[in-house]
Amino acid sequence: MTTRFRGLLSLTWLETKVFLREPLGVIGSVFVPVFLFVIIGRVFGDELTGADEGQRGLVGVDLAVFAALLIAISAVLSLITIISIYREGGILKRLRATPLRPLTILSAHVLVKLMFTAVTLALMLLLGRRYLPVDVPIPWVAFTAATVISTVSILSMGFVLASVVPTARFAQPVGTIVLYPMVGISGLFVPLDQMAVPIQLLARLTPVSYAVSLMRGAWHGDSWLAHWGDLAGLAAVFAVCTLLSARWFRWE
Amino acid sequence: MERMSARAVVEAAGLFKTYGTTRAVDDVSFQVYDGEIFGLIGPNGAGKTTTMECIEGLRSPDAGRIAVLGLDPFRDAVALQTRIGVQLQEAQLQKRIRVREAVSLWSSLYPRPVDGFRLLEQLGIGGKEDAWFMTLSGGQKQRLFIALALINDPEVVFLDELTTGLDPQARRAIWELVRGIRERGKTVLLTTHLMEEAERLCDRVAIIDHGRIVDIDAPAGLVRRHCPERTVVIESADDGAVDALRRVPGVDSAVRDGSNVVLRARSVDVMTGVIEALAEHRIAVTDFQTFVPTLEDVFLELTGHSVRQ
Repeated sequence: MTTRFRGLLSLTWLETKVFLREPLGVIGSVFVPVFLFVIIGRVFGDELTGADEGQRGLVGVDLAVFAALLIAISAVLSLITIISIYREGGILKRLRATPLRPLTILSAHVLVKLMFTAVTLALMLLLGRRYLPVDVPIPWVAFTAATVISTVSILSMGFVLASVVPTARFAQPVGTIVLYPMVGISGLFVPLDQMAVPIQLLARLTPVSYAVSLMRGAWHGDSWLAHWGDLAGLAAVFAVCTLLSARWFRWE
Repeated sequence: MERMSARAVVEAAGLFKTYGTTRAVDDVSFQVYDGEIFGLIGPNGAGKTTTMECIEGLRSPDAGRIAVLGLDPFRDAVALQTRIGVQLQEAQLQKRIRVREAVSLWSSLYPRPVDGFRLLEQLGIGGKEDAWFMTLSGGQKQRLFIALALINDPEVVFLDELTTGLDPQARRAIWELVRGIRERGKTVLLTTHLMEEAERLCDRVAIIDHGRIVDIDAPAGLVRRHCPERTVVIESADDGAVDALRRVPGVDSAVRDGSNVVLRARSVDVMTGVIEALAEHRIAVTDFQTFVPTLEDVFLELTGHSVRQ
């Protein structure tokens, strides 16, 4: 048990360092979302915050949610890419030929991604503070928790994609094609109930729609109970995707 | 080589593995005894790696029974992995992982690791601790993988196509390292498509072709059994040599080729007769060579095709 836990810690720490050494990965998943948030905030800052009325600006909220989603999705894309590169290079297989359990090997990658999601989010909120509603307390902890929970669910979908992409070359494009349209129909830009019914149904199948609703709620300080539906949706996606990955995941 | 008293540390019985319509492993059974270097030999695609990966617990056979150190590779996966060392064919590590980090990670995974950095030194990559994996040469990578395979002081070591892609010099150095593993009292199961490697390294080999084991024995034993013919070249100026040698029982032909007499015989038993005949007729000999068939010849004899195809 202790050896197992030590294995998870060693591998997670190592993967963190390895990730930090790939400049493109760090730029994509840390700097791009933060800069997007700060720059959009700077350009449209005053209109977005709704600060004059002392209320929580609706657009401002969605900007935070959008940036958080970007962070989550780039974490997932990076996971898909790393897993497929590791599979292609035989790294996953080599790790399996150790006392590490298969689940531990994959968990280390999930932990790294969640860590970077949380750190990037914190960085974004910190740097973007001026463009967020003033005088209004932002529920940082709840918002971060909502983002991390959403990320876990989207990551599980990432594992399904990582299971089915044929080679590492396809990982990034396939991930992009599947994940970004989900943001488009998530209800972030157009409210869900204003979309055509089939698209609404499709949106309900994606984790991103629940993630948007949950993160908005967290920002507004809603109680978690009020969003049990979103949590259930994310959990359902997680359960289905984990089952599919367990069946389809290839180690080589 | 009889090793009846030795303990079998690897036992495979009736292994089958099919991919689509191809039988990759077709009723494979063998035992590897304590302290020996055992080789699975055959051309690429013969089923060597699949067999080995079933034994390592990385692949499940469709049918058959496997025991390694008395453990089941699937049920007792973690217990088994702590006691075996594995080097995989064409494995890689993270590009930007330092040698030092790989060694530390692997050390942290086992209950009683040996000093990994001494291991690196012994394997001849002592100064490479801070190098990134991607900057290592093929030979250095293989040495690192051998170090990782030995870090838990394993009882059985699995080496899959260890020297493929290495230059002859690096290959020889690696062979020396593998002999060193045996000298530490460990059992080695390796695969190779290089017959020379098998001949130089293995105590016993199993010849595999199209997923089936064709024969198992010590390399010399296989040669004796399947390719007993010998060619003896005797350098002698004596004109009577050809006639004298032709009459030796067992000699099929004796012909003069320049300053040499070339004898062909169907068995090794002919050697005593040849030496007696040379002595009896006081034939002056300036050189004496015998050409023994190799595992390559055995492979050709047993399968009807060359191992290089």
